[in-house]
Amino acid sequence: MGSPTFNLDEFIGQKYRQGFFTPLESDTVPHGLDENVIRLISEKKGEPAFMLDWRLQAYRHWLTMTEPKWSSVKYPPIDYQAISYYSAPKSKKVGPRSLDEVDPELLRTYEKLGVPLAEREMLAGVAVDAVFDSVSVATTFKAKLAELGIIFSSFSDAVKEYPELVQKYLGSVVPYTDNYFACLNSAVFSDGSFCYIPPGVRCPMELSTYFRINARNTGQFERTLIIADKGAYVSYLEGCTAPMRDENQLHAAVVELIALEDAQIKYSTVQNWYPGDKNGKGGIYNFVTKRGECRGDNARISWTQVETGSAITWKYPSVVLRGDNSIGEFYSVALTNNHQQADTGTKMIHLGKNTRSTILSKGISAGHGHNAYRGLVKVAKSAVNARNYTQCDSLLLGDQCAAHTFPYIEVKNPGAQIEHEATTSRIGEDQLFYCQSRGLSAEDAVAMIVNGFCKEVFKELPMEFAVEAQKLLGISLEGSVG
Amino acid sequence: MNTLLEIRNLHAGVDDGAAVRPILRGLDLTVRAGEVHAVMGPNGSGKSTLAYVLAGRDRYTVTSGEILYDGHSLLDIAPEERARAGVFLAFQYPVEIPGVSNIYLLKAAVNAARKHRGEEELDAMDFLALVRDKLTTMGMDEALLYRPVNQGFSGGEKKRNEILQMALLEPRLAILDETDSGLDIDALRTVADGIQAMRRSDRGIVLITHYQRLLDYVIPDHIHVLAQGRIALSGGPELARELERRGYAWVENGAPAEKSLPSGAAPAGRTATSTPSGE
Ligand SMILES: Nc1ncnc2c1ncn2[C@@H]1O[C@H](COP(=O)(O)OP(=O)(O)O)[C@@H](O)[C@H]1O
Ligand SMILES: [Mg+2]
Repeated sequence: MGSPTFNLDEFIGQKYRQGFFTPLESDTVPHGLDENVIRLISEKKGEPAFMLDWRLQAYRHWLTMTEPKWSSVKYPPIDYQAISYYSAPKSKKVGPRSLDEVDPELLRTYEKLGVPLAEREMLAGVAVDAVFDSVSVATTFKAKLAELGIIFSSFSDAVKEYPELVQKYLGSVVPYTDNYFACLNSAVFSDGSFCYIPPGVRCPMELSTYFRINARNTGQFERTLIIADKGAYVSYLEGCTAPMRDENQLHAAVVELIALEDAQIKYSTVQNWYPGDKNGKGGIYNFVTKRGECRGDNARISWTQVETGSAITWKYPSVVLRGDNSIGEFYSVALTNNHQQADTGTKMIHLGKNTRSTILSKGISAGHGHNAYRGLVKVAKSAVNARNYTQCDSLLLGDQCAAHTFPYIEVKNPGAQIEHEATTSRIGEDQLFYCQSRGLSAEDAVAMIVNGFCKEVFKELPMEFAVEAQKLLGISLEGSVG
Repeated sequence: MNTLLEIRNLHAGVDDGAAVRPILRGLDLTVRAGEVHAVMGPNGSGKSTLAYVLAGRDRYTVTSGEILYDGHSLLDIAPEERARAGVFLAFQYPVEIPGVSNIYLLKAAVNAARKHRGEEELDAMDFLALVRDKLTTMGMDEALLYRPVNQGFSGGEKKRNEILQMALLEPRLAILDETDSGLDIDALRTVADGIQAMRRSDRGIVLITHYQRLLDYVIPDHIHVLAQGRIALSGGPELARELERRGYAWVENGAPAEKSLPSGAAPAGRTATSTPSGE
């Protein structure tokens, strides 16, 4: 007999709501990687010569590298020859110029995902660049932003329309030699977003990129490059989803941010790639390099991320604090459920005087999830009077999951002030039953506990995305209540 | 007076995944609206098990028997639904919930019950006014509202917090599991006053206690002694002192059935004078 109550293990089984596949005709290059494939990608995109040269240099360098093994995540070897490096929904040779030219099927896909592409969404005040598999399909508000001198476009367009800007900044924060996956990305990246805010301009709306992997056996390698010129401000949001598939898919993106003197960039991510099923089958390998550089004095870069998806997440959004008085911030919620693994954190590299950084990391593990925080705070000799505050909290739901923290600190300047705090709390049947006995359903209890745990990070997100992130966490932890 | 809770021949135990380890073995208890029943018994006699079974905790499995609340079986009802229907359990060991402020949980709980009753949910301002009022009677510091639920609370603060929740939720059936243990004399007084203030003609209270001292302040209508998984002895309020004097061994050895009983005390199931069965 027994009462029909709550089973934590069942409860944290999850559903993935964006797991549908859109049947579209696509232009996909055969799987495999060699110089010809790279030339083909570059040609399909009509790129100038400097771009192809850079890709080839990266590729040749990549051949000399080996896949890193130092993170705590585990996965079978990736066969780089089994991946297709370019897939685009078939349409005209040139990318669509306006929404009318975009395949209606594609628009419906984004509608399902809740991405405001259509003009009627103007009022939402979010400009969106949507990347579907390898190409950018629509950039809204382009004209309106252009009035302010803001460039917000697909990476492919930027390469052709603003080659001097791209050439000047591309790879200046994350050189192709940086790491294995960044190098691969540099060779084969297919599209992404480009954004330039001119001096003294405050971007009046959130800029947003929406990434979606649709085609089978493809990798997604997008690049984002954002430059805030002197005294400029921009807030940028990135969202991602993918269909459910049994095979793993690779996503190796690179994001570079450059903040010049007195500029500020706020970069927020809600990452919800397909995490794989309950038994750990399928899901996205999310191996991403994100780095920002406060290149001028008084610059400020903040990364806010809510990571709920992917089978494996491996990313360390970092800030190089080169300018004096510059500020770097990292606010993160990373959730792992079922068999998901996350090895994420940040690097704060203090080079300038009076530089400050804040790290607030909230790891949630449920099911058999593994969550690792890995962070580096580095203070160079030149960084007089540098300060860092790090707080690392872990929340464990159930008793099968695990959390680890690896804080690395390297201080070359004795005047640096470094503080580190860490907590771990486990939520089990006790807490849930306590809430239930007060009239809350198990779902509401988990949502309450998780939101309470994450609220300091959520408050860093733009309002509408904070709501989205809360919902996402709810869904990611949702399951059947016996 | 109408019957609020009726437990008939209850067999229940803890499910360790493989089997149910029997703890309660044929327990009968009837609580009518307006009554306060004390359930006493030695450590490990199954008092908390009874409380958990009533609140619907997973793993505390009923193997046979009946639990009727307001005439309806509780057995297949989820714990949160029991709570919304007016069953309240004050925990022997209140649970800490990191990251969730006390006031947030209190408000969520009150609103879950209001929603269930079809009443409008209270907004933050109305709720604050309500909770402040009750805080004062419980002699609690307002700062406790903004701390994470029970985290870093002293033993006394935790118990007061349970009573505060009861006062806010206004249950119809309150089960208080050793709310008196671990309290100093002043805290005991406040907690007892809090319980006493909850006595009402339409409410039933089950006071689970190990000691008699709470019963000096909250004088129950009936006292029951739990031993060997059953109510071994029931009586009036005077039974508390008798137990204090003679110890639980007196009941566990089955003595009172044979020996002369204090007035009003009788072994369960033998006389009906003080073990009310639903009528
Ligand atoms: N969750 C549990 N797992 C295993 N045994 C339990 C559990 N809860 C209670 N018991 C056992 O059941 C018996 C009764 O315990 P309990 O109901 O807590 O007694 P009391 O509250 O009267 O001290 C004890 O022997 C105790 O060890
Ligand atoms: Mg007990």
